[in-house]
Parts: sequence; structure tokens; C-alpha cells
Amino acid sequence: MPETRPVPFRGGGFNPAGWRWASWIAFAAIIAAWQLSSSSGLLPALFMPSPLAVLEALARLVETGALTRHLAASLQRIALGWAVGTLGGLAIGTAMGIFAVARSIGLPVTSALFPIPKIALLPLLILWFGIGEPSKVATIALGVLFPTIISTYTAIDGVPRNLIRMGQSFGLPAAMIVWKILLPGALPGILSGFRISSSIALILVVAAEMIGAEHGIGAFILAAGNLMQTDQLVAGVVLLSLLGLAVSFGLSRLERWLLRWR
Amino acid sequence: MDLIVREVSHRYGELRALEAVSLAVRAGETLALIGPSGCGKSTLLGIMGGLLQPSEGEVLTSGPLPEGCLNPFTYIFQDFALLPWRTVEGNVSLALEHHGLGAGERAERVASALALCGLAEFAHAFPKQLSGGMRQRVGIARAIVVRPALLFLDEPLSALDAQTRELLMEDLLAIWARERTTSIYVTHNLQEAVRLADRICVLSRRPGRVKEIVGVEVPREERANAEHARALAELQSRLWDLIRDEAAVADREMQNA
Repeated sequence: MPETRPVPFRGGGFNPAGWRWASWIAFAAIIAAWQLSSSSGLLPALFMPSPLAVLEALARLVETGALTRHLAASLQRIALGWAVGTLGGLAIGTAMGIFAVARSIGLPVTSALFPIPKIALLPLLILWFGIGEPSKVATIALGVLFPTIISTYTAIDGVPRNLIRMGQSFGLPAAMIVWKILLPGALPGILSGFRISSSIALILVVAAEMIGAEHGIGAFILAAGNLMQTDQLVAGVVLLSLLGLAVSFGLSRLERWLLRWR
Repeated sequence: MDLIVREVSHRYGELRALEAVSLAVRAGETLALIGPSGCGKSTLLGIMGGLLQPSEGEVLTSGPLPEGCLNPFTYIFQDFALLPWRTVEGNVSLALEHHGLGAGERAERVASALALCGLAEFAHAFPKQLSGGMRQRVGIARAIVVRPALLFLDEPLSALDAQTRELLMEDLLAIWARERTTSIYVTHNLQEAVRLADRICVLSRRPGRVKEIVGVEVPREERANAEHARALAELQSRLWDLIRDEAAVADREMQNA
């Protein structure tokens, strides 16, 4: 009997499955380390408040009702601006996905306007609409518009052409092909575009509020900084993180429900 | 309904895909289109059903539409072309929704098409949950639900494994025996052609011309019987002789040459 050797195993790995508790443990460890450095005096309280101080600041914000006021102001701007920009982007992007004329005009215009940081337009929009809400909402809408256009028409391009031919072969009217085949087929791409546009809306609302607003999380953070109230400042930043997480959670839920066929 | 193809030629830019193809499909028969790869079989099928505009020539029909026909020229696709976001039922109903039928009649027609294709218990499944064979059964159900006058099958079994293919051929034969739908069946599989077709149209390599039209003498329902195996095998090898050399040349051709 000749000598035998086992075949060496070379598969496995490259499969980063989630480990449920890792994230919570990591968060707890980071916050604990932060709290320890603050309590031991390693972090000067003036420049970096301890997690407990931030928590207290948040609690005070809730008590005084300031949290609701600022959050409501910001959320209203985001909701309006995002809705306007998204509706416009879906309409223009769909037209660009279907009509050659719309694409030939839309593509160069979008390419030229997309790279402009939309916050640079705020002064102009203030001149047009005044310092109040419309200029902020318009900034957010513009910021959301272009990425939505791009994700919509690329998503429509990605719908397999054979499905359109199938629709034609069964005599579906053009409008039905758009409504029953193109748009549902583009939905995954459109929804992942929502992730990008919602984070842009969050950036722009803060920036716009820092330039000129009485209420809103951006204005609140700026005011806290001016007064060196770092505990309030960090509380505002934590709020932004929570807001971003909430939006992303909501979108994941929406995706899971709308794309349950995948 | 008869279908008459008259002097149809087609070019893609400089590339001549079809040249002066003329043939007639008689009501109730199944005509198989075979030929070496790239000979324009699928192009011809697209032209026959009005999905492609031929560069020259015309396609005509004659005879009455079958009763209750909603979509005279109906395709079954190689890649099934199912909407992944619709259930089996939804995919079949897609073909009816723009015809203004009442909800009751629509549901009835869908249910009977699903039952005919053995899909009744999968009505609420999504395509991704089904095997390839079941997916193509959905494609077949979607086609027969509109009671087509002409059924165009574009390599309907090519994406399936050999066993599934065998099962689906039996299904197709059963459906044809019931409905007597005029069918044009594109395939590169000679065995399929010999099993399913009444007549087999052999196309030459690019640009595709009609090389020969061969009738299959053995009645369709008896082709599975052992006593005909030899005749059918002979026919199959005769067809292979017809396209073998051309297939070899086509195989060595550069793409876009």
C-alpha cells in the first residue's frame, strides 16, 4: 500500500458573515474608553465632553423642548426639499431613459450641473427666494435632483431589453410598458439612489442652516460652537448620526418590502 | 391562420443576415426552423411576428383568427422573459390586462392556462423560486392565455437541461394536440425539430436562405414509439448532413467579419 497524504484544504474564507454582537460590543468599548479618558482628565472637558455630559445635554434639550423645535425645523426642510428633488429627478430621469431628445439634452446639462456643490448656490437662491425656508428647501432639492436623475436613467437603462420586447410582443401599449415593465425594473436602482440622495439632503440641510437659520440642527450646532458649549455641540452631532441611521433603517425596510421578489 | 413570408431579406448595417427567404406556414402545422448558428433563424422569427422590420420583402397572413384570440402573434422566449417582480399568476395576467376583460373573466382565463401547464399550485410563487422548466411553463401559459393565431417559439428549450427539455417537449405536444395552434419553432437542436415539427425548414449559413424544407412523415403522436426510432434517426442524420459543412464554416467565422 503506497503512502497516502490528505488533500490540503484551500477553500473557505472571503465570506464575512455578520457576527451579531460584535457591533454592540465595539460601540460599548469605544464609548467606555471615551468615558474613561474623560473621567481621568485625559480629555479636557472644554474641548471634548464626556459621553455622560453629552447625554445630559441631550436630556436638557428634550426637557426644554429645544430638541423638538430644531429637529422639526430640519426634518421639514429635508422632507420638502427631498420630495421636490426626488419627484423632479424621477420625472427627468425617466424621460431621459425613454426619449432620445430628453437624453441628448439632459445628459450634458446634468453632467455640467451635477458637480457643482449645491451649497455654493445658496447665496444666489437667497437672493431669489429670500433668507427664509424656500432658499434652503431649494438648495436641498437641487442637491437631490441630479443624483436622482442619474440613478433613475441608469436604472432604466439596466432593465433588460428582452422584457421590453416581450411587452411589445404581447401588444402592451407604450405607457403600460413604462409603467409595468420599465419602472418596476428600475426600482432597485432608484431605491439605491435614494440612499445617496438622502445623505446629500442631510449634508445640505446642516450646511444651509449654518449659513442662515434660527432653528434647525445645523443652526443649533453652530450656536453651541460659538458659545463653546461643546456638550451641546456634540449632542447635536450625535443627533445627526441618529437621524442618518433612522433614514437608512427606513430605506432598508422599504427596500425589503418593495423588492421582496428578489 | 396561414403565414406567408415573401422574399424577405434583412441586413444589420453591412452584415447580410437573411436573403430572399420565402416560405409558407399552413394553419395548424408546426414548422421548425433550423440552421447553423448565426444563420438568422431568430431574426427571421422576429420578422415573422412583427418584432423586426425586414430590410426587404413582406410577411402576410391569410385566414380567420381563432375564436377568442387576443394577441394573434405570440412569442415564447429562450430566456423566458418573465417579470421577476410579478408572481406566476401576475406574469400570465400581464398579457391580458390591457384588453379590458372583466376581472372575473381574466382570473378565469389565467387559472385555466395555469392548470393546463401544471402551474396551478405555483400561482403565487415568484419566478426566482421556480426551476428553469417551471419558468418556461409560465412562458408557455402566458402565450396560450391570449389564444394566439401564430405561436413563435425562439429556442424555447435551449436554456434547460436535457431531462427538463424532454418533459417540456411532451407538454408542448400535449398542448398542440389540444389547441392546434400554428407554430414556428426555432431550434438548433435537431432532435427537438424531428420530435416536434410537421415540416422542417433548413436555412443556409449567413446570409440565411431556405436550403430545403423537409416533411416529417411519422405522425407526431407516434414519434415516441420504438418502431419509428430508426426512421427518425435517419431523418435527423439527413438534416445534419444538410447543415454540417455550413455549421463547420460558421463556427470558424470571426465575429463581425
